[in-house]
Formats: sequence, structure tokens, C-alpha cells
Amino acid sequence: MKRAFPILAVLTALLLTYSTYQALVVAPTERTMGDVQRIFYYHVPSAWTAFLLFVVNLVASVIYLTRKSAKADAVALVSAEVGVVFCTVVLVTGPIWARPVWGIWWTWDLRLTLTLVLWLIYVSYLVLRRFSDSSQTPKLAAVLAIFGALDVPLVYFSIWFFRTQHPQPVIGGGGSLDPRMLHVLLINWLAFSCLAFVVCCWRYRLELLHREVEEMESLEALRGVTQ
Amino acid sequence: MSSLRSITLATLTKDIRLEWRSRDAINSMLFFSLLVVVIFSFSFDPNAEESREIAGGLIWVAFLFAAVVALNQTWARELRNQVLDAYRVSPAPANALFVAKALGNFILVTLLEAVMAPLFMIFYNLRALGPAWQLIPVAILGTWALVVNGTFFAAMSLRTRSREIMLPLLLFPISIPAVQSMVEATRIILAGDGSARFWIVLLLTYDVVFTTACLALFETILQAE
Repeated sequence: MKRAFPILAVLTALLLTYSTYQALVVAPTERTMGDVQRIFYYHVPSAWTAFLLFVVNLVASVIYLTRKSAKADAVALVSAEVGVVFCTVVLVTGPIWARPVWGIWWTWDLRLTLTLVLWLIYVSYLVLRRFSDSSQTPKLAAVLAIFGALDVPLVYFSIWFFRTQHPQPVIGGGGSLDPRMLHVLLINWLAFSCLAFVVCCWRYRLELLHREVEEMESLEALRGVTQ
Repeated sequence: MSSLRSITLATLTKDIRLEWRSRDAINSMLFFSLLVVVIFSFSFDPNAEESREIAGGLIWVAFLFAAVVALNQTWARELRNQVLDAYRVSPAPANALFVAKALGNFILVTLLEAVMAPLFMIFYNLRALGPAWQLIPVAILGTWALVVNGTFFAAMSLRTRSREIMLPLLLFPISIPAVQSMVEATRIILAGDGSARFWIVLLLTYDVVFTTACLALFETILQAE
């Protein structure tokens, strides 16, 4: 894996360059929104990548609770961290697009609210991991991840009902997507997923090394005490 | 099964007796929510007709904050003299402890609501335009929703630094759908606009899902040390 990493990183960089070119130059300009619409090629792939990472986090957490594997815990941590970063990108690029198109920065629409709540849940997950320094942190974090996942459908239904009762005048999207746009979107998603994968791999290795160092340090300290 | 019940009952009576003798939690909760009500009434005009629209939100936010006060001290008492460690090595089922603690908190918060709700009604000139009896299931289900997860997360935050602040950070994001349901149901009932059935069913679902999850995972949390 160590040897494959630079190759993977270079490939991802090339793919990202290509997809950026596609998004900014090749993709046709949207008729009514103009160039602002191009943020779509960053916004949507980031959202998909973030949701994918949150699913990875849930699966890794369940595996950790059933098998007690330290690697699964590292995967859970890494996917939550990178997922929060991508989710932040979604929440930042969304308003930048919404302001010129909808005329407002934010609306409490179903998807927006759900993304925000997801972001809040995973930030609280990371806060828990940061604030708890016992050896049991992985267990607590895995349990919280499961609670968070159980919460998502309930959040969905509560907002869905709330919003169908109070219809919003501005719900973007709808209609069909130009096939060329869809093509660019998918390339961008591929590039973003590769980027997320590379960052996750790097962070995963760092986490394992970090744990190794900690273990060595405590062993060292123990040896100092016994001598 | 009978041991589960007797242990639950024993722990619950012990907690209630302790609370009855000191009255620390209930007094601080009552005063705290009174302060919240008064401060809210300065922030919003309580006599306006719109107050009916926002009262549901205010009342539940006040209870949520006050509940955190009670929840935070649920387990702190058991840390002194290593009571919790003793519990861990005893053969008593972990869930008995959890149910007792959750019921204890439920009783405390319900008591608080029983005192504060009439006060709220007086301060904000509220009167339910919808079926007022529905407020009772909303209150019971809503309180349980806050308390069951709160008790669980309080046990979880025992092992973290600055655990007092940790509890709301964990509890609030997960409680968003429950809080929304309580607030919406209360608003609908007070304003008499439509049926609150969907929100009550959602609250019930929330309660069932998270009570099951808490009971399934509490053992893991209790043994984590």
C-alpha cells in the first residue's frame, strides 16, 4: 500500500485537474443561472462523497462493536473526519450558489436541513472523540455513531412533514439534467471520491502511526517505572 | 425478570429518597426554568397574539435546558465512593440500573413540568384552542424522549473531560427530531390549527427506537472503563 500511494495520489491529482477543466470549461453554461451554476459540480459531488463516508463510518463502527478490531475504529475515525470536511464544503458552497439564484443564503428546505443536522451529529461525534481520552473512546464513539444513524430517518420524516405543510416558494432543481452536465457531474464525483479516498488512506496511516507512538511511549514510561 | 424489577425499584427508591432529602436537583431545575421563562418574556412580547405560535418552542427549550441540569448529576453521585465500580462487578443486570436512572429523571422532569406549565400559561396568557388533553401524551412522550437519551449520554460523558458541557453537545444534535415534534405538536394544539397526530406518532417512534437502542447498548457503555 505504501508503494501504491504516490501513484494513486498522482492519478487523483490528474483526475482532479481534468474534472476541474471539464466543470469550468467544457460543461455548457446554464441558460438562466449562468456561470454560477458551475458550483453544482463541486457541491453535489462533495455531498455524495460526504454521505458515502458517513455510511463507511457507520459500517466501521458496527464492525468495531462486534469484532473489537482497532483498524475498524481507525477507519471510523478517519471517515468521520473527512466526511465532516466534505459536508462543510457542501454547506459553504450551497449558500454561495443560493444567494444569486434563490435570492437568499439559506432556506430550511428538507435537504439543507438534513445536511446541517448530519453535520451537527458528526461534529458532536468528533468532539466526543477529542474530549474522551480513555482507552474506551472507540467504544463510546461507535455507540454514538449508531445513535446518529438511527436519528437520520427520524430527522428526515420530521422535516419532510414540516416542509410539506409549509411549502417553500423556492425549491431549486427539478426538471431534467443535460446529459453533458450529468457527464461532467459524474467525472467530478469520481475525482472527489478518489480525493477522499487518498486523504482517508493518508490520515489512516497517520492514525495508526500515532497509536503506535503512543503505545511505545506508554511502554517506555512503564519500563522507567519498573527499573 | 423479578430480579430486574426489584433491582430497578430498589435503585429508583434510593435515588428518590436521596433527592427528597437534599432537593438539590429539583430546586435548581425549578429556579433555572423560572429564570428562562422570565428572560424569554423580556426577549419576546408575551402578550402578543403571536406568543401562542412561539410558546411551544419556548416552553420546550426551557424544559430541555432544565432537564440537562438534572441529567448531569444522574451519575455523578455514583462516582463518589466507587459506587459505579461496585455496580459493575455485581451480577445485577445493567439495564436495571439504566431503567431506574431514566425513570428517576423522568419523574423529576415531569414534576418540573407540572409546576412550570401552569406558570407558563399564566405569564403568556395561553389557553389551548385545540384539544388540550393531547398535551398530556405530548408531554409524557416528549419528556421520555429527552430523558432516555439524556440518561444514556450522561453515562457516556462520564468518561470524558469536562463532562458537564459534553452532555448537551451529544444530546442536542440527536434530539433535534424529538424537539421539533414536541414543539410542533404543542404549537398545533395551542393554536388549534389542524391535527397533531403525525407529531405524536413521530415522538412515539423516536421513543421506541431510542429506548431499544439504549437498552441494547447500555451494557457496553457501563462496562467501558
